Amino acid sequence: MRTDDPWYDALASGPGEHDPPPSGTTATALPAPAAVTAPSAASFAAGPAAVPADGADAHAAVYLAVQRSDSFQQVRRRYRRFVLPVSVAFLVWYLAYVVAATAAPGLMARPLAGVFNVAMAAGLAQFASTFLVTWAYVRHARLRRDALALELRWETQEMTRLRAGAAASPAVRERVS
Amino acid sequence: MSDRHQTLTLVLFSAVIAVTLAITSWASRRRRGSPEEFYAGGRLFSPMENGFAIAGDYMSAASFLGISGVIALYGYDGMLYAVGFLVAWLVVLLLVAELVRNCGRFTLADVVTARLRERPVRIASGISSVTVSVLYLVAQMVGAGSLVALLLGGESGAARSWTVIGVGALMVVYVSCGGMRATTWIQIVKAVLLLGGAVTLTVLVLLRFGGDLGALLGAAAERSGHGRDFLAPGLRYGGEWTHRLDFVSLGLALVLGTAGLPHILSRFYTVPTARAARRSVVWSIGLIGAFYLMTIVLGFGAAALLGGGAVRTSDPAGNTAVPLLSLELGGGAGSTGGSVLFAVVAAVAFATILAVVAGITLASSAAVAHDLYASLSRRGTRGEVGVARVAAVGVGAAAIGLGLLAQHLNVAFLVGLAFAVAAAANLPVLLYALFWRRFTTKGAVWAVYGGLVPAIVLVVFSPVVSGGPGALFPQVDFAVFPLENPGLVAIPLAFFFGWLGTVTSREIADEAKYAETEVRSLTGAGAV
Repeated sequence: MRTDDPWYDALASGPGEHDPPPSGTTATALPAPAAVTAPSAASFAAGPAAVPADGADAHAAVYLAVQRSDSFQQVRRRYRRFVLPVSVAFLVWYLAYVVAATAAPGLMARPLAGVFNVAMAAGLAQFASTFLVTWAYVRHARLRRDALALELRWETQEMTRLRAGAAASPAVRERVS
Repeated sequence: MSDRHQTLTLVLFSAVIAVTLAITSWASRRRRGSPEEFYAGGRLFSPMENGFAIAGDYMSAASFLGISGVIALYGYDGMLYAVGFLVAWLVVLLLVAELVRNCGRFTLADVVTARLRERPVRIASGISSVTVSVLYLVAQMVGAGSLVALLLGGESGAARSWTVIGVGALMVVYVSCGGMRATTWIQIVKAVLLLGGAVTLTVLVLLRFGGDLGALLGAAAERSGHGRDFLAPGLRYGGEWTHRLDFVSLGLALVLGTAGLPHILSRFYTVPTARAARRSVVWSIGLIGAFYLMTIVLGFGAAALLGGGAVRTSDPAGNTAVPLLSLELGGGAGSTGGSVLFAVVAAVAFATILAVVAGITLASSAAVAHDLYASLSRRGTRGEVGVARVAAVGVGAAAIGLGLLAQHLNVAFLVGLAFAVAAAANLPVLLYALFWRRFTTKGAVWAVYGGLVPAIVLVVFSPVVSGGPGALFPQVDFAVFPLENPGLVAIPLAFFFGWLGTVTSREIADEAKYAETEVRSLTGAGAV
């Protein structure tokens, strides 16, 4: 786990969080912010024509370009493909439980083992499924989204800063805090 | 209730007040008066601290005493509440917490207005946030009044009224002097106290039954007077179809309302990043889930050890089940152990009330100052924190007034109503703004008012307000809507109006603004 996400601990620690990432720890390590412009040229190849050079629309153009980029589309797809079906599933499962409890108390009262009946089992299963979905979501986000999203965050901020005409400096890290 | 545990209870209540005021004065000594400081506590809380604070914000006295009381009286039906309150956190975790942290600054309106015309949406969302907060606040204050009166053994109206006024004054002091930092630490302390109290009582209950849950449930069913029916649904929400439909409506409001509660949303801004927000929700799901599991054990434990009759004699609504249980577990009435445990539980319940009302007061003062005042006044955002401090006093005064008027309303109904309004007025607009590319300003305004107005109107025409012996106006009858909780109708209506407003508006959604919202919400670019 730790190797997939070297900032897992640092993120929780408040002030220390924006320290520069340790270089070269793993294959998924991010480029340092100063080096971001080079890879970003490649990853935004999908929509470079949409980025005009002039000032007023620059901010909007950066976000449009990032939105169209492959890596952002991938983050979005991964997020939605997990979240939408899982949300529908747990809402349906919860509503089924509530409707069964109110409309079919006979079914819910059927004994399973000793004093434990279907209703008890279903209620405890709701608790269990909540914990399970929480665990699965966190794991999915950590392994499938976080590194990519963080990379996009630096790239986007770097691009907005460059478009705005500010001098390139490591101050970009301070701006986000 | 003997003199001895009344004295001890009063001493512990004073200790709770002293500790919370000490936290407030400590927090206010370091204040700099910036909005970041006042609304978000400087955004430097750790996920664990914020997780405890969220749990402290959410676990109200209504759930500690109310849910276990309902279980002690009606058995299984109380468990439905606990499940709804917990499952709701999945909506928060999956769809709301991280995205809101990435896009917003202090309030719900910040997220929605980022891609829409600011003024009308901010005003609408400010109004709905204040409405939800005040409803929830009144519920908590009415609960506090009856609870403290019961715990101190005085049934008099004066004790209730003074409790409402005292709690109101304290929450105003916490919020206007200490802001988010004081509120958060009060909630953390309260969460630790509450969980500690719940763990102690749960262990004592389980020890009585040798750790055998089957024996506990069997004894509960036997002594409740209902037999095996006690362990199955239907004792409380069975019968007429309107009662059953009412419960489905409440269930829907509970599961969708949490993600629309302004005081819960504002907690995500107290951590530095979206990942920290995610981890604080995970902490809070763990804590809240464990807490509700213990509440269930305590409810059945009260039924098993005290019997349904004893609980009902003390309080027909069951709110004193856990305090009575603690008296029994400590060695019975008159024993030192019993008195001490009773006093501790009472003080924990009191700390719970104070922490919850402080959180809601802070969120509603943010909605007044950051959304309504900043949009309506020509001075804009200058002096906003000063306005927020004054707004906390105003909200406190309004809540005290309404709390005194509403003293005879059922607390569970008020809580359900607050969740229904939050689910109808706040959640649809938030989800549309985050996920729907074509969403427009008109759609947002329609979604907010399309949920808020039906929810309020349906309650006015419900059996709660007129037509029955327990209604607000028992003499007249204009109850044309059969359900007490408006969620089942108002929530779908809000989603429908949001859609209708969007497809009928002439404005075309700004693609670049939506791109910005989407990129920011999922990556955290440009997050404050």
